[in-house]
Amino acid sequence: MSGLTHLQRLEAESIHILREVVAEAANPVMLYSIGKDSVVMLHLAKKAFAPGRPPFPLLHVDTTWKFRAMYALRDRAAENAGMRLIVHRNPEAEALGINPFDHGGRHTDMWKTEGLKQALSLHGFDAAFGGARRDEEKSRAKERIFSFRSASHGWDPKAQRPELWHLYNARLHKGESLRVFPLSNWTELDIWQYIVAEGIEIVPLYFAAPRPTVERDGMLLMVDDERFRLRPGEVPVERSIRFRTLGCYPLTGAVESEADTLSAVIQEMLLTTTSERQGRAIDHDQAASMEKKKREGYF
Amino acid sequence: MSGAVSDLAYRPDDLIAEDIDAYLAGHAAKSMLRFITCGSVDDGKSTLIGRLLYDSRAIFADQLAALEADSARVGTQGSNIDFALLVDGLAAEREQGITIDVAYRFFSTEKRKFIVADTPGHEQYTRNMVTGASTADAAVILIDARKGILTQTRRHSYLAHLVGIRHIVLAVNKMDLVDHDQGVFAQIVADYAGFASTIGIDEFTAIPLSGLTGANVTGPSDAMDWYTGPSLLAHLEALPVDDARQASWPFRMSVQWVNRPDLDFRGFAGQIAAGTVSVGERVRVVPSGRITTIATILGPDGVRQTATAGESVTLTLADEVDCSRGDVLAAAGDPPQVADQFVATIVWMADQPLAPGRGYWLKLGTQTVNATVQPPRHVVDVNTQGHLAAPTLALNDIGVAEVYCDRPIVFEPYRDSTDLGGFILIDRATNATVAAGMIDQPLRRAGNVHWQSIDVTREAHAAQKGQSPRVLWFTGLSGSGKSTIANLVEKKLHALGRHSFLLDGDNIRHGLNRDLDFSEAGRIENIRRIGEVARLMADAGLIVLTAFISPFRAERDMVRGLLPPGEFVEIFIDTPLDVAERRDVKGLYAKARAGEIADFTGISSPYEAPDRPEIRVDTLRETPEAAAERIVEHVIGVWSHEL
Repeated sequence: MSGLTHLQRLEAESIHILREVVAEAANPVMLYSIGKDSVVMLHLAKKAFAPGRPPFPLLHVDTTWKFRAMYALRDRAAENAGMRLIVHRNPEAEALGINPFDHGGRHTDMWKTEGLKQALSLHGFDAAFGGARRDEEKSRAKERIFSFRSASHGWDPKAQRPELWHLYNARLHKGESLRVFPLSNWTELDIWQYIVAEGIEIVPLYFAAPRPTVERDGMLLMVDDERFRLRPGEVPVERSIRFRTLGCYPLTGAVESEADTLSAVIQEMLLTTTSERQGRAIDHDQAASMEKKKREGYF
Repeated sequence: MSGAVSDLAYRPDDLIAEDIDAYLAGHAAKSMLRFITCGSVDDGKSTLIGRLLYDSRAIFADQLAALEADSARVGTQGSNIDFALLVDGLAAEREQGITIDVAYRFFSTEKRKFIVADTPGHEQYTRNMVTGASTADAAVILIDARKGILTQTRRHSYLAHLVGIRHIVLAVNKMDLVDHDQGVFAQIVADYAGFASTIGIDEFTAIPLSGLTGANVTGPSDAMDWYTGPSLLAHLEALPVDDARQASWPFRMSVQWVNRPDLDFRGFAGQIAAGTVSVGERVRVVPSGRITTIATILGPDGVRQTATAGESVTLTLADEVDCSRGDVLAAAGDPPQVADQFVATIVWMADQPLAPGRGYWLKLGTQTVNATVQPPRHVVDVNTQGHLAAPTLALNDIGVAEVYCDRPIVFEPYRDSTDLGGFILIDRATNATVAAGMIDQPLRRAGNVHWQSIDVTREAHAAQKGQSPRVLWFTGLSGSGKSTIANLVEKKLHALGRHSFLLDGDNIRHGLNRDLDFSEAGRIENIRRIGEVARLMADAGLIVLTAFISPFRAERDMVRGLLPPGEFVEIFIDTPLDVAERRDVKGLYAKARAGEIADFTGISSPYEAPDRPEIRVDTLRETPEAAAERIVEHVIGVWSHEL
């Protein structure tokens, strides 16, 4: 009998993790960001609990600044999975009108970091699935699959529990919670291969198409709606672009590309010479910025 | 020397550009190998991993740019790229120049996807290496060619073997610094072979290489034309993975979760630990022993006829048998063992040492039980592999000890199954994972001692007395008023015609527990015995009152766990230390302050107050008489709800 392929092994491991949380946590939730990783994670959850539905809701921590195409897929995917979708927008950020044009780093802090903490506390979730992978960034390489957070949602690298074999310790005191990463051992290429193999629907923005863009601070930004503030002299230009990673549209850099099929996208990914997080403005803030954000409670 | 910044260029596989679909088809069928690298910072381990990542094109240009900048700023290779910086993770560690935890790295070749667990070689981090090794198929043990076999080499080899890694690769690094001398390499291999056989490693593969220059890392080396074996990467690509071995064993699957989406479907979800399973096959539910047949198999892609080790599936059974999380479905004719006591090798991973006799959660597969660990039979010196005597296990200690569970669990010896033989211990107070364990064998006793089946049940005992059993557990500082109040409560219960018994220091310490001292271990054992006696008395239908300081939360919780829900009533006699000390009925505080009594609670030993006692008595605001009245009302009042 031939052994399992690497994708089969990864799939089996992720399903095991998803079920373990459902068996041990009191009130789990799946964070759903509509990117390709969370789409794969949702797909795995459907498999793990078939023929039933995944026994937890989806949570989207919204910033109101995502691409329109992301909102469209979000609502459709939740409905197809038969799962409850919770959308949380930080009311404080909403009241203050926090936006990526005026508020820089505060935009991510308030909408995402604070918004996430609020939503988890509000609903009393004790375990939250996230789609992060260890290959994304250096400080993630040593992240646990079950990542322990204090009652204030803080991440202390020294307080993380050793993970042996496939035994995960999900025990918590009141107020403490877990972030659980079922895709920890997947790489970007694994994700793409799995999307191909399983025929998973992803946001069309991952495929090249003519879209209105402006070039700003070395990044190619898409003018997704009328809220985009053009600087003096800026005129949207139609370019054939696609995105390697998706976030708030005014903060997410596109790449010029003609790749409009999955194989063409993967081909470009393999031939390209920059890693996927480079398209995200938030990582350029400072050295070791991701680790700092994690300590503060960013996913 | 290669490795200079200007030498670096990203070289993708030609097939990607020529025929992406053919490339993807080839990569879809790759296998996966997980390995661990062992060595210290000085062995050039991070450099070697960085080299593997770089040479297998797992590094992108922006990461390379950051690497160049870091190399210039904090690197140790002058104007050259410091590959170690690719691997060392957290900011704090970068400043120290060492890695202090387990980091996982990924790269793939045409044949395989690799997951590398990187752990530091420093002595105090046995914990990290065992953690990283627990999921590894192979171990790459680094040796500095200039230094040969060191104590740490022996330690790494011992740990890799202990965790059951079957493929050991001896990477003799820094060959460039010994002029690529074949004699040096041959001597190291001979030395290692001599040592390896003494610890039970029968086979290993030795490769001379240089992480810095890349020689024999991914391709052959001109400088070492005397070496005709494979490069490190070629060897790792060719190693057999363990899937096939696991698949040939009898079927076992721990039930993770029962899937009941509606009344028509009842599936048992889990990841198959060993063997294969097919529709229509007879399986046994362990430990209950019920035999049934597999009705359907649901794999990740739908209904299947068969499934094999490593796969996560959902099984339905032909009969309505009792089966839930923690049970194991197994080949009907060849089930795993069941026992509640075994000998295990334990790696201690917490700053707080093992407390022998204290209850910990033991998680094995999907089973979680309460377990105690006896004082170790011996501790292993990881450097010499010699056996030492020790009263307990401290951080990074490895010892062999007996483990007692509060109920039987399904298991296999670790050498046969990591899934059913490996366990973790969890501290019941902090919830931290404090140890990893590997079951060596069950204790013979476990098979022979069976619970006596009793015809007169505890319910019958209680019904005859017309009451519900209770354990009223009084806890508080010395001199807080525990015995006074407990005595009053018992008098009142007696007057009400209730059947009770008071256990206190005099009738226990002078008899049953006179062999125990007041050390932490002695105190834990004291409370354990009192808990067991209280449980027996509750089984007899009595209302048991206990009046002991019982300073540790873990022991009180352990006794609570011995009893059915609701029967343990924790009563916290809350008297501030200064008040108790002022009363000093027995003159003990004065002696403790004078240093005449060691380990005196409140003075030289901690008191852990209950978090959520059923009843709290503030002795500054409530008289003993009023408190006793309230406790009796609580006990009787709860009964009236039950009846």
